[in-house]
Parts: sequence; C-alpha cells; structure tokens
Amino acid sequence: MAPHVEALPPSIGGNHTLGSVVDSIGDIATCVKPHPREWYIVFAAGFAMFGMFAVAVTYLLTMGTGIWGINVPSAWGFAIINFVWWIGIGHAGTLISAILLLLHQRWRTSINRFAEAMTIFAVMCAGVFPLLHMGRPWLAYWLFPFPNNFAMWPQFRSPLAWDVFAVSTYFTVSVVFWYVGLIPDFAVLRDSSPTKIQKWVYGMLSMGWRGSAYHWRRYEKVYLILAGISTPLVFSVHSIVSFDFAVAIVPLWHATIFPPFFVIGAIFSGFAMVLVLAIPLRKWYHLEDFITDWHIDNCAKVMLATGMMVSYGYFSEVWMAWYSHSEYEWGTSKQRMFGPYGWSFWCLIFCNFIVPQVLWVKKWRMNSIILFTVSIVALIGMWFERYVIVITLTREYIPSTWGRYAPTVWDWATFIGTFGMFFTFFMLFVRYVPMISMTEIRELLPKKSGGRDGHASAEGPP
Amino acid sequence: MSAPATGSKLFCLLAEYDNPDALVVAIKKTKEAGYTKIDGYSPYGVAEIADALGFVKSEMATVMLCGGLVGATSAFIMQWYLNAVDYPLNVAGRAVSDPVGWLEGWPSFIPVTFEGGILTCALSGLFGLLAVCGLPRPHHPLFNAPKFEAATRDKFFLTVEAADPKFDLHATKEFLLGLQPQSVVEVPE
Repeated sequence: MAPHVEALPPSIGGNHTLGSVVDSIGDIATCVKPHPREWYIVFAAGFAMFGMFAVAVTYLLTMGTGIWGINVPSAWGFAIINFVWWIGIGHAGTLISAILLLLHQRWRTSINRFAEAMTIFAVMCAGVFPLLHMGRPWLAYWLFPFPNNFAMWPQFRSPLAWDVFAVSTYFTVSVVFWYVGLIPDFAVLRDSSPTKIQKWVYGMLSMGWRGSAYHWRRYEKVYLILAGISTPLVFSVHSIVSFDFAVAIVPLWHATIFPPFFVIGAIFSGFAMVLVLAIPLRKWYHLEDFITDWHIDNCAKVMLATGMMVSYGYFSEVWMAWYSHSEYEWGTSKQRMFGPYGWSFWCLIFCNFIVPQVLWVKKWRMNSIILFTVSIVALIGMWFERYVIVITLTREYIPSTWGRYAPTVWDWATFIGTFGMFFTFFMLFVRYVPMISMTEIRELLPKKSGGRDGHASAEGPP
Repeated sequence: MSAPATGSKLFCLLAEYDNPDALVVAIKKTKEAGYTKIDGYSPYGVAEIADALGFVKSEMATVMLCGGLVGATSAFIMQWYLNAVDYPLNVAGRAVSDPVGWLEGWPSFIPVTFEGGILTCALSGLFGLLAVCGLPRPHHPLFNAPKFEAATRDKFFLTVEAADPKFDLHATKEFLLGLQPQSVVEVPE
C-alpha cells in the first residue's frame, strides 16, 4: 500500500506571505496589535498568586520547613511531588523543539517557541522546591563543587548530586536553545518595531543579526546540534529524577521501569500543559492560521499515546509486585491501592487512564472544550501520580515506621504560588516575545509565497 | 550613478531581490564574474544561498564537539579528583579508596560527565556562533541602508563589498543592474 505522504494537512492556514507572517506574529510582541482583555485577567490572577508565593516563602524562611506537612517517614512531601511535576511539564517543550525537529515533524514549528518558554518557566518553578526544601536555601551553592576550607565536596555517587547537575544543565541548555531560536526573531522585531526604545532593546537582544548567508549556515548547524543534544538531555534529566527514587531501596521505588516510566509521564503531562496554553492562546490572539486544528489534533494524539504508556506503567508496577512474590512489594502495592491513601491511586487511574480514552474519538479530540478539560484532568492525574509515589514512604517495610502525611496550608500556598510565578512569566513572554517562530514559519511557507516549503535548512550541496 | 549620499567611504553595493531563487541565480553569476567579497542576506536560512557562495560546510560542528568533549572530560576528572583523590569516599561499597583504583567507582560518575558535556557543548555552540559570526555587532554598515530593514522581513539581498579586489563602483553597479535586481543602492561605511 502506498503511504499517504501527500495527505498531510498544510501546517499554515490562510494565504500568508513573508510579510504577513511578521505582521501577524511580530505585531503582538511589539504591541502594535492590542492585547486582548484575557491577557490582563490572566496576568493579574497570576501576579496575585505570585504575591501569595512571596508571602509563603517569606514565612517559610522565617519559620523553617516545620510549617510544611513534612515529617519522618514522609520527609519529602509536596516539595518533591511538585518538583517532579513541574519538571515533567517542562519536558514536553524540549520534546517538541528538539525531538520533533530531528524527526522532521513540521507541525512542531507553530508550537515550539511557546513550548520552550513553558519549559523554562516550568523548570524555574520546579527548581524552587528543592531549594526551599533544603531549609537554608542561601547555602544552595554548597551543592556545587567549589573550593572551600571545610573539606567538603559533593558526593558524586548520589542521584541527588546528579540531579543538581542535570537540572541546572537542563535549564541552561533550554535557555540557550530558546535564545538561539530567538535571535533572528529579535532581529525581525528590531526592524519592525514602531518605537525607538523597542528598536534599541530588540536590537541589543538580536546581537546585531543581519541574516548573512554565512551566519545562517552556522546558525542552522548550531540549532540542529542543540536539538541533537537536547534529545538525550531531556531523557537523562527525567531518568536522573527517577533515580532519586529508584536508587533507594523503598519497595515499589527500586524498579528498573522508573526511568522510562517517568520520562513518558513527563511528556504526557507536558503535552497536556501545551494544550492548556495553546487552546486559549490561539483563540485570544487569533492564531488559528498558525496553530491549526491539525496541530491541536497531533498534540492530542501524543497525549493519548503517552497516556496509554503511563497506564501500562501502572499496570506493570502492580503486576511485577505480585509476580515477584516479594512480600514487601506486594504488601506496599496493596497499601497503595487500598490503604489510607488508596483514593489517590484511583484518582490517578481515573485521570490518566480512563479520562484520556475520550481522545480516541476524533470529534471529541477536535472539540476545544473537551480537549482542554481532558488536559487539565491529565495534569491533575500526573500530579497524583507523583503524590502516590512519594506517599509510599508512609507504608513501607515495617509497620513501626509507618506514618501519615498531610500537606498544610503553606504547602498549598507555595504550590499554588508557583502557578502564579509560571503565569506571570508566561504572560510577560506572550507580551514581549514572538510566541511563534516567525523565521521558521516563513521557511515553511510554500515557494510561491516566498518560503521554502520547509526545506531550507539542509547543509551541503542541494 | 551618483556618488554616495553622505560623501563618506563606500562599504558595499546592495542589490535587492524579492525571492530567494532570484538571489541564488544572481550570486552564482556574481561569483562567476570573479567577485570574492560577496554575501547574501535572507529573512530565513536558505541552503542554496550559502551553497552558491561556496560556504558548503560550517565549522560549528567542530566547535561544539570540542566544547562538549572538554566539558565531559573536565567533569569526569573533577569527580574523580574530588571523590577519589582529595577526599576519598566509600559509599555503599562503591569504593574509590585510592587514586589508582578509581575504576571501581566510575559508573556513578557518568551522569554528571554526560551533563557536563552537554552543558559545554551548548554553551560553546552559542558563544562559538557569536564569535565566529563576529556578533554582537549592532552597528554594521549595512544598517545604514534604509532598505536593508526588509532583509529580516521579506526581501533578499546581494552585497558586493568595496573591499573586493575586482570592485569598481561604475562597472560593478552596471554588472549588478544586469542581474535583474529590484534596486541597487550604495551603502556608505
């Protein structure tokens, strides 16, 4: 059977030219187009929550981590749940920008820029939690190997030390990747901004980019290699995050399934977040030509596929616990499903396995409201997944070490506060930075409109 | 054929096109005519332009490979020195008791080695790109040409620099006008 290569829908709707792409996207960032009312509402709400975050952190630094619900045996609590959740969300941004680039998925172009921004802000939110959980965050630099006179070095055989390097590298590389992608777009804004200040700021940010063919050739190469190294990086980061758990000998944590299971879960929740952001953004800013139904549909399909993979993980965990005949594995599994926190396990099965099944139906997938709701539910479900894993500490080997865990109002305030941080930064990004790559979209335009049909970047003789 | 408006030294002649294919053709002809200090400008990267200029392969892969190798090697040596030489630690039986016996514990140094390599590879990509391209340079002479603003929007440009040995204001301008550009302007230094 011949494959339906020609059947792919166009990645850009409407009749765009090189100039109209700049007008449609750049004019949002340069504020030539007025921002919709929703921008102000989301920004105000985000900023208010960010304020709550500031209060929660101030109180925490004054009083210490005792204001949180953490205890022994459950010493990690919300801090690590939220850390893993946020960093997982970030991974979809890298997946879209790097892996889909390597796989020649042209639909990524419309969503990679804001997905990368999402990555950066999500990693910032994630990083807050381990820092605060240290209790004395002002000593965070002790995590890095710096010459000091108390004979103290990091212990490089601990996954927690790997995590420091993984997450800080991930953040730095994400920023570099994002910024390299932005340089030509900043140059576009420099040349199209109406005011002098904008011209100056975007001019500085663009590094004086002028679009020389020599520069483009080097640029495309750097961009491609950055995609190439970000791909293993994203897998390594969440694998290392999973090692934080898997290297411990806690039953149900000490499992080889953890790295792939964590990575897939990260992609699942990340795509859910991409949809949560993309569906309203394209409506508010009328970007339906660039983020078409096809893009949304593709994201939904990725979500369905990864949702099924994490569900396989849940099944496999229980199966292996039973099949292994390990008393502790199976006992902890029963506690997980029917113990005091059993409700959270069934919540996660409902959110991550049952609800995403509606995405099998194309009509429902294409319905923004249903898809938006499913994405929110998936985000909640993935949060519960980490909750279920972390809460395992309250029911492990010996009943004498069993305990209970309940978050306090300060746990919630910090967690909800990071949403404020995320949305504050994200809305500022939407306002001042082109949220879709104008450069790559123009490359995707058909040849008759001045584009290259998306085949402009190959190196070497044609 | 008027003199540059400002009367200052000439930087280049700038020919304007409205699609990449026309620019590629013009560059090929300019190169055949023996000009060497030429460049093409486009709003997005077009492989054929760089190919026509003879810049087939960039040096960035080498830069990034070297950067990554330096980072990975340093990260590994750092961990070995810190945990095996300067302050030997025996954790969970993964002993690194003496500097020579470090091989026993090396697998646990791999994650940070990998991250170190990726980090320096990415940073050398960014800074290497800027360095090799001679950026940041916010005040390049080309920005003196008002039309050049369209180079980031929807126009494609060919430049022949005045520093080219074959450059002659009159003859070169005539030559460029023969390549069917939309306009040819003189860009002062």
